[in-house]
This record gives sequence, C-alpha cells and structure tokens, in this order.
Amino acid sequence: MTETRTITGNRGLMVEERLIFEYDHQNRTAVDVPAVEPYEDRLGGLRRKGGVGLPGLAEPQVVRHYTRLSQKNYGIDTGLFPLGSCTMKYNPRLNEKAARMTGLADIHPFQPVSTVQGALELMDTLSHWLKQLTGMPAVALSPAAGAHGELCGVMAIRAAMDARGENRTTILVPESAHGTNPATAAICGYVVESIPAEESGRVSVEAVKAKLGPHVAAVMITNPNTCGLFEPEMIEISRVVHEAGAYVYMDGANFNAVVGRIRIADLGVDAMHINLHKTFSTPHGGGGPGSGPTVLSAALAPYAPVPYVVRDDKGFRLVEHERDAEGDAKPFGRMKGYHGQFGMFVRALAYMLALGKDGLQQVSGDAVLNANYLYARLADVLSASFEGPVMHEALFDDRFLKDTGVTTLDFAKALIDEGYHPMTMYFPLVVHGALLMEPTETESKAALDQFIEAVRGLAERAKAGDAEYFRQAPVHTPRRRLDETLAARKPVLRWTPPQA
Amino acid sequence: MRFLPLTAEDRQAMLAAIGAESVDALYRDVPAAARHPEAIDLPNQKTELQVERAMAALAGKNLNCSQAAAFLGAGNYRHHTPAALDYLIQRGEFLTAYTPYQPEIAQGTLQVLFEFQTQVALMTGMEVANASMYDGATACAEAAAMAQRITKRKKVLVSGGVHPHFADTTDTFLKFTGVDVEILPPDVMGLEDLIGRVDEDLACVIVQTPGFFGHLKDFSALADAVHEAGALLVVATTEPLSLGLLKTPGEMGADIVVAEGQSLALPVGFGGPGVGLFASRSKYLRQMPGRLCGETVDVDGKRGFVLTLSTREQHIRREKATSNICTNSGLVATAFSIHMTLLGEKGFTGLAEYNHARAVEAARRLAAVPGVKVLSSTFFNEFAIAFDKPAADVVEALTAKKVLAGVPASRFYPTYPELDGVLLVAVTEMNSDEDLDALVAGLKEVLS
Repeated sequence: MTETRTITGNRGLMVEERLIFEYDHQNRTAVDVPAVEPYEDRLGGLRRKGGVGLPGLAEPQVVRHYTRLSQKNYGIDTGLFPLGSCTMKYNPRLNEKAARMTGLADIHPFQPVSTVQGALELMDTLSHWLKQLTGMPAVALSPAAGAHGELCGVMAIRAAMDARGENRTTILVPESAHGTNPATAAICGYVVESIPAEESGRVSVEAVKAKLGPHVAAVMITNPNTCGLFEPEMIEISRVVHEAGAYVYMDGANFNAVVGRIRIADLGVDAMHINLHKTFSTPHGGGGPGSGPTVLSAALAPYAPVPYVVRDDKGFRLVEHERDAEGDAKPFGRMKGYHGQFGMFVRALAYMLALGKDGLQQVSGDAVLNANYLYARLADVLSASFEGPVMHEALFDDRFLKDTGVTTLDFAKALIDEGYHPMTMYFPLVVHGALLMEPTETESKAALDQFIEAVRGLAERAKAGDAEYFRQAPVHTPRRRLDETLAARKPVLRWTPPQA
Repeated sequence: MRFLPLTAEDRQAMLAAIGAESVDALYRDVPAAARHPEAIDLPNQKTELQVERAMAALAGKNLNCSQAAAFLGAGNYRHHTPAALDYLIQRGEFLTAYTPYQPEIAQGTLQVLFEFQTQVALMTGMEVANASMYDGATACAEAAAMAQRITKRKKVLVSGGVHPHFADTTDTFLKFTGVDVEILPPDVMGLEDLIGRVDEDLACVIVQTPGFFGHLKDFSALADAVHEAGALLVVATTEPLSLGLLKTPGEMGADIVVAEGQSLALPVGFGGPGVGLFASRSKYLRQMPGRLCGETVDVDGKRGFVLTLSTREQHIRREKATSNICTNSGLVATAFSIHMTLLGEKGFTGLAEYNHARAVEAARRLAAVPGVKVLSSTFFNEFAIAFDKPAADVVEALTAKKVLAGVPASRFYPTYPELDGVLLVAVTEMNSDEDLDALVAGLKEVLS
C-alpha cells in the first residue's frame, strides 16, 4: 500500500530531498566574498594544501533545501506535542524578536563591563525572578541545560562536603529518575544507589530513611516526579536527609506544574535546576540550546560557579575568576565558556515579563488541569498507572494492550499517522510499557478533545484485534519505521564520496 | 492571557469532567506548608508592547558592536549573518521541534545533523563528528574525559595557548573524578615546549589552533610524541573559519578535535548560546559523548536517518554513560550547518582568506603606530599587540571614542602583571576600512 507510484518518488508536499553533498559540485556559493589583492600571508607555512570537500550551492538552492527538510519535521507549531516530561509548550515569537534586538544580540562577552550594563541588568533581573519564584537565596545562571544544571548542583554539594572535610561516597536516586541524574552523580565521583518507588508511584520517607547513612552526600529527587505525581512527603524527606547531614537536590524538570504556586525553598530543597527551555518557553530547537539555571540554598550558595553578576554602587559587574570572589563565596569553578546562555536568558525573561506572577499561576493551573482532563477522559480506555489527581502529566502503562499484539511503540506510531507527535514511551521505567502524556497549558480544550478522540479510537481499534494496522504504522510520513539496529550495527555517520 | 487558550467556561467543563471542585483541589498532594504563593513578590502580566519596550530599554543600555568599531575576539567572533540563515532557523519546524526521538517525523532535523556531522568532519580533517555539545569549552572538557576513559590515565596537560575558559571548564569538569589537570602558564609568543613534558602518565595533551594569543603552530611532531607515550592529542579551536585556510588538526595527527562554533552560527550574543563541535577517529566512536546521527533505511528500503549508538548515553546507561549530556545545541548546530552550506567550498575558503588578508593589513598598520608592538609572528584573524601601559586603560579610553579596540589579556590573566600591556585584536570582514582608520587614529592619540 505504501509503494510510491510517482515518477519522482515525491508524494505531493512530501518531496524527496538529497543531501547537500549530492548536488552537482559546481563552483557556486550563496555568499559572495570580496576578492583579495595579492598579499604576503602570516600563516607560517601552515596553509591548507587540498580543498575542504564542501559542496557549492546558490542561495535559492540552499533556501529550498532547508525549507524541504523543515517540512519533514514535526514541531510545536505543527500540532499537539504531548511528550511527557519535556514540556513542549508554545514558544512565543516575541521571545525571538527580543533576542534579535541589536542591543542584545550584537554585544560581545568581553566588551568593557561599562558598555554592557543592560545585559548584566537583564541577567540580574532574571536571577531576581527565579529567586522569587523559588524562594531560594541564590541562583547560578551559567549551566547550559538541565543535565548541566544537575552537574552544577551536585558539584556544589561536593564542594560543600569537601569544605566540611567529609568524604561521603553515595548519592541516592529514585528508580523513576531521568537517566541524567545517575549519570551526573557518577561524573562527580559518586556511587549511585537506587530508591525503590512505592506502589503509589511516590517515594516514601521510610524508603529514603532506609538508605540514608553517613556515606550519603545527597538525594536527587524529581518533584513533581516522572510519574506526574507530586511527592507528598517531600518536606519530611528533606528533613530526614538534612538530619543525616546530606543535601537535597530536586530535579526541576517538571517545575511547570507548580510555578507561581509553591516556593521550592519551603520544601527544604538545597539545589534545583530550572529548564528555561521547558517552563519558560525558550525553543527546543530540535535538541537545544537549553539553559539550566540552578537555584541554591544558603548552605550551597557560596560554592556557585563563576561567572556571576554582582551589583554595587557603580553598577553591575561580573565576577569571572574564583580568586575575585568576595565575602564567604568559594566558587567551585567554571562550567562553560563565557557568561551562560545569554540568548536564552533574553527569551525567558521576555516570557516571564509577559506572563507575570498572575499569568504564571495560570500557566501551572492550566497545565495541571489539561493533564488531569486527559487522565480523566482516557482512564476508561487506557490503563492509568496511578491514582490521580496528577500534576502536569498523565502516566499510562500497557495493560490495556494486553493480548492485542500491539505494543506501546506500535500505538505511538499509529498516533503519528493521526497527525500527533507521540507521548513519551517506555519512560519512566517503573511501569511496564509507559505512555507519558504532557499536554501543557498552551493547548485548547478543543485540541485536547480531538486528541482524546484519536487516542480512544486507536485504543478501540487495538482491542478489536487489528494489530496489523498498528504494526504497519506510520504510513503517512516522509519515512516509515527506520531500521535502528542496522544504524547501530554498521554506523554510517557521515556522507562519503561514492567509490569511483 | 494571550498564550493560554482555555476559557473560564472550558475550565469549568473540564473540572466537571474530572470531578474536581477547583484547580486548587488538583494540588491536594502538595503540603499546605509549601503553598505560599503570596510570598512571591513579582509584577503581573504585561502586553506584548510593554514587554517589547522593557526589553528594548535593556538593549538600549548596551553599546552594541554595530555602534562602534569593534575588534573583539578572544573566542567569540563577529561575522556577517546572511539573511537566509536567520530566516531558515526561525522556521517553526526547526525552531519548535524536539530532540529527534521519533525519526519518522524528524527527518528534517536528522538530515541536517547528518550533514552537520559531515561538514564538521571535513573541516577538521577527522573521520567522525557528533551532533554537537553545549559549547567549545564543555566539548573540550568532554574530550579530556573521553581520553581518560580510553587511556585509563589520570593526568591531563593543557597548553598555555588554550582559551582559559576551555582550560578552566576542563579542570572543573574533571577535578571531582580525581583527574589531575595541569594548565600551563599563558603562552603569548607560542614558544612553550610541550614535547618535553609528554610522559606515559598522560591521558591527553590539549592544544589550540590558532592559539589564544593568535599564533599558529604545526602540532604534527607533538602528535607523534603524544602517541608514542600512549596518550591522545586534543586540538581545540575557537575560530572554525580558520579551518578554511589552515592545515587541519586531522592532518596534524589529532585524535579529538573540539571547537566553539559560534563564529559561523550566531551573532556574538554576549557569549551564548554557542555550539560545541566534537570530532574524532572512527576507532574511538564508542567512547564519544553526545548524540550521533546515523544513516539507515526504513521498512520500504528508503534511506533515512536516526539517532544511533545510544547505548553510550545516559537514558540507557544511566550512571555508566559516557556523558550526562541530554539536550545539546541542536538549533545552533542547524545554524552552523546552514551557514556552511551557504558558504560552500568557495565561500568558506574565500571568507577565510579575506579575514586573514584584513588581519594582515591591520597588523601592518598597527605596527606603524608608535607605542604599539605586534607580538604575533603568525596568526589567522586575531593577533596580540602590546603597549607600555595597561591594555585595559587603553581600551577604556578608546571606548569613549566608540572604538572597542580588543580584549585585554588581563581580563583572563589578572595575576600575570607581565600581560597587563597585552591586547588581543580580532579583525573580520565586519571591520571596514573606516573602522581600522578609527582604531589607528584612536591608538595614536591615546598612546602619544
């Protein structure tokens, strides 16, 4: 049924597009450069001998190439994107406009600080908003993404432990955690021990207590967790962790569920990263750039990495070196080049100013309402993993597919044919065949109702025994299921010229 | 609120369907002791026009580079952004897509990444490249960690010609795992002896081309010595445009090449975001960090692309992963790749040549200014000069004349008084003849 009968292999708007390297290599360019007069170079004999091997295309060819490629992508702008734990909300275009203002885009990181007071004020204002929204006394802005923020928090914990003269070896991580948590702990030299989840999908104080001891440096706990549930014993967990002399790292990937409604400080947290590309709407861009500012408690604040902004009577300035730190500050080092993901700070601040406190409360409220609406409307056809109410996302498992011959993967691929990006699949690992849906607050009720009808229809089709339909899916896409085993077994990671 | 489509009626209907009294009731798991929204002291929502004005007010407090003659580099370089580039990366299908976990509806992003990996491999003269890291500095740190995994050794040597942010980030990244990162003192003249320091305890030696202070070196002999000792050579660059004119790190024998790709992707943007380029040899493929995009076929036998070799990564391997990286720098990698496609062979090599010729001309004119000494004998588009007075003071004085003369070395090396007079001057196609006239005239005045 999928055989292409057109002459070209194209299917209407689905146009086949070759690699740029497969265009004919004429001596074209889309960037005309002034000719260079003869001169004596200063390359010290290190001039490149051969060519680079890049193709040459004219501007219209390039624009068409990327336009066609873009049309093979699904984005938030395309449709509902219920990818659990990823918070695929609408990215306001004003953010992009602000980031392109000449005074914010065409400034260099090493201009004299007297000439970038607006940029430093912007960073300081963003810090103020993040501190107010979390109730935490300090924030490190420089981490480049969520996992990098985790690294920042755990390095601060490590530095604090070193300062205390304690050599604790272990970090506790619940089994529902995202893979970055244990990977981060390992990079900082810690052994990872897993905390089992309760039947209810939560982490209990007792389970944490059972693992605590003088060898434990910290607990990393995602809250709301990856099952879409708030940890009701969080305050108590923090208390026992602190009693054991350890710190609490809270993974803030799911902050969107609670923004404006609770203060993280009131949960007893010592460190938490905030994904600006989730809660604060900076675009995901096909996998970044992200930004992961990390809020810190008074106990960890002195160890925040360089650089950071300080304000004195002469205005704003940057502390760029560990040795320039003042007061009790003892920065643990530097996490990346330059001053952080400034372009993402601009976008996130534009979003925060647009929403304000009242708007952000509405954001979390609508996000939670939308998720619960999905949970309620789908509970009778899918299998809800835990008792609600849920927070920002709804977790189902594959019990509803039992004996149908249809897998979670098949089900997700069939959703693609219905015009949707699938939910997160097979994560978290605490339930079998997980389907994790996060609609976010930027979906209308009508959009959710349509999605619900599609999911219900597919669930009924699966139960009716039409497994073959699911195994074939997707069929209405630029490519159908791809052979991932082949890709891994015989890695082809770049184009190479065809053998003559 | 303009971003939120639910109406009051919708909310009521949805609560009824859920069987909840209110939205607050949905938060019943949240302890009352943590619910203190009243303690959050922030203003309420604003219109688009109000936000635009607030952001413009902040922008207006900066002196931007287009308002001055700007010769700033030190790892971030200002190049012209073709109009087509910014248009293309703002297409919503690129801008608002996620990491391509569903390849059937992400072939756009995946093909771009495959092309990006190929471009990076070609430019650096290496066999394979990944789909990007956060930035050049973190890519450098990851390279050192990879060398440590491969050699099982606990010592890293960093040349004094490496960007200090790359060096510091590498040190921070590795120090908690017991790796000893030795950073050599700043190598202004490019005279440092690395071969004499190579020993069999080293996991890798990290060098940079062009060096932080501008000079160019052939690392071929160093590569031989490093390999002889069973270690790896990591070559960094902060100006990938230079690869259009220079002998490649691959040709010199590099095992890993890392770079900051900002200069060919985005405006300087106060230093972020950037994009980390990461290339290596095929034999080290399975030790590489980050996402990799690979070619395959679909069930109909058509060529397509997927993320691959993910058994190295955190979402599969958890604490045993090669890195904790998840989000990388996809859109900046896309911008980089589109720019490289726009340039093509002719544009890339031509722009590199033009940059170098401009810099040679600038160095020639600056050398004639009394009180200026050009320190770099070789360079690409950035070189070091020295004054008898602190470079930071000279920069400050010229800033008043709308000349951003360069980056004082003291900004990075405040504890090296012998570097107080050293200034890094970058010259690209963005610097007009008038800019250069203004720099020369300004320096003559300030130094007289």
